[in-house]
Amino acid sequence: MSENTTSNKICVVIGASHAGVNVAFSLRREGWEGEIILYDSDPEMPYHRPPLSKAYLSAENNSELDLLFPEQNYASENITLKLGETVSEINNEEKTITLSSGEIQLYDKLVLATGARPFIPPINGIKTASNLFPMRTFADTVSIQKAIKNSVEKRVVIIGGGYIGLETAASLKKIGAKVVVLEREERVLERVTAPEMSTFFSKLHQENGVEVLPNKNVVSIKTSEGINEVVCDDNTSYKADLIVVGVGIKVNIDLAEKAGVEIENGIKVDSSAKTSDANIYAIGDCTYHFNPHYNRFIRLESVQNAVDQAKVAALAICGNQVEYNAIPWFWSDQYDVKLQMVGLSKGYNEVIQRIELDNDKCQSVWYFKDNELLAVDAVNNGKAYVLGGRFIKGKQEIDKLKLKDVSIPIKPTSFLKD
Amino acid sequence: MAKITFITRDNESITVEGNSGNVMELAVQNKIKGIDGNCGGVCSCATCHVHVEPSDWAKTGAPNAMESDMLEFDEKVSDHSRLSCQMKVTEDLDGVVLKVAN
Repeated sequence: MSENTTSNKICVVIGASHAGVNVAFSLRREGWEGEIILYDSDPEMPYHRPPLSKAYLSAENNSELDLLFPEQNYASENITLKLGETVSEINNEEKTITLSSGEIQLYDKLVLATGARPFIPPINGIKTASNLFPMRTFADTVSIQKAIKNSVEKRVVIIGGGYIGLETAASLKKIGAKVVVLEREERVLERVTAPEMSTFFSKLHQENGVEVLPNKNVVSIKTSEGINEVVCDDNTSYKADLIVVGVGIKVNIDLAEKAGVEIENGIKVDSSAKTSDANIYAIGDCTYHFNPHYNRFIRLESVQNAVDQAKVAALAICGNQVEYNAIPWFWSDQYDVKLQMVGLSKGYNEVIQRIELDNDKCQSVWYFKDNELLAVDAVNNGKAYVLGGRFIKGKQEIDKLKLKDVSIPIKPTSFLKD
Repeated sequence: MAKITFITRDNESITVEGNSGNVMELAVQNKIKGIDGNCGGVCSCATCHVHVEPSDWAKTGAPNAMESDMLEFDEKVSDHSRLSCQMKVTEDLDGVVLKVAN
């Protein structure tokens, strides 16, 4: 523990999802003795978010949420959960926050884990569309499932072929919906993967009976008697009883911005997750932070970043010297395919795709910038994922010819330069 | 009901009881240090890695295919590695000792 005791101090955390909840528990582990108060406008006990669009949405009966920690752990760790409460203002001179109810809470340290919200694009008619939902919260899954159950034809249009859109498509297909995915770019996952991966996932969805249509820029939604018609700029249109919008997010920076905290593509933080205000930290999806491995500032939407940055912030708040230095990782589950990604592919100029000999559903895409391995996308291939991560972290030089040769199995020494 | 003992990297030994769910969830509920289960139990993150006491290996069994792919090249792999999210809590596990890998 640091120089001074924290027993009479208060740490307030705004946002009780992966980042906020983990910073609270980590603070206790690192010796924070004072109060910890967690606020979130979501009324549910804090839950795992990634399963919502995956296993959760496709399950028949969802009576139980997948909680991050059981309720009794908050009590036993003396963490106060204030759920269904919205923070409306930070006053960093007074070191207080104000709730929308008008109630004021003091803090010594404040952690912003405010995350992001779905971006709803300004499409003509989107506000009056019937059964149109984003996919980010438990409430969204409840609404989507209810709309599916109540629909006879179960025609679903998903706007956006990113991970959320594709996972939602796979899950809704599984529960009997007829699903069309409309992607504005020329391929799905355009922003996050190489064309090889886009092709793989397009094909996977087609094989499973989901229509995946690229180059579909939605320009309007016409709704009549509860039925939507989603119109694209090439004059095609698609009928939908239910629309799911998955075109990206907006970072929740408003509270920080109004408090005068430095903003740059999110809430800007240093390597210990501290903002420009010495008493305010920020963690998770909302932060713009430095990644030492890639030597640049980044913003990430991921569980890994939320949890790892939470641990760093907790250490720093408890007075430890600490530097956030992680290789990002992500995953996506669609049908019987597990996609695992490690590293950041941005800036790549070469891609090597390996399709393993015995199984074309077991493959990997390796992203290079010249000789540096930047990232690996692994499909049903935990070995490529784990080893790729090790190679990236260790800045291992890779013999690309060997990597391309699928007769050479994936092993720690397989692709070393002679 | 199964009694499961976790030994953390700090050599703390904690015995807990469970009768449902998976071993990772049981560990998280009981605040076992070094078991995070960040992916929620879908075999995606390997933050729930344990080393089974060799004498208990028959009780736990070997990892499944997806799990063993994740473990094979993990820097902390042992001959008795498992991802605890892939282990169901059943009476078969009564008495096992698991060393936390991280």
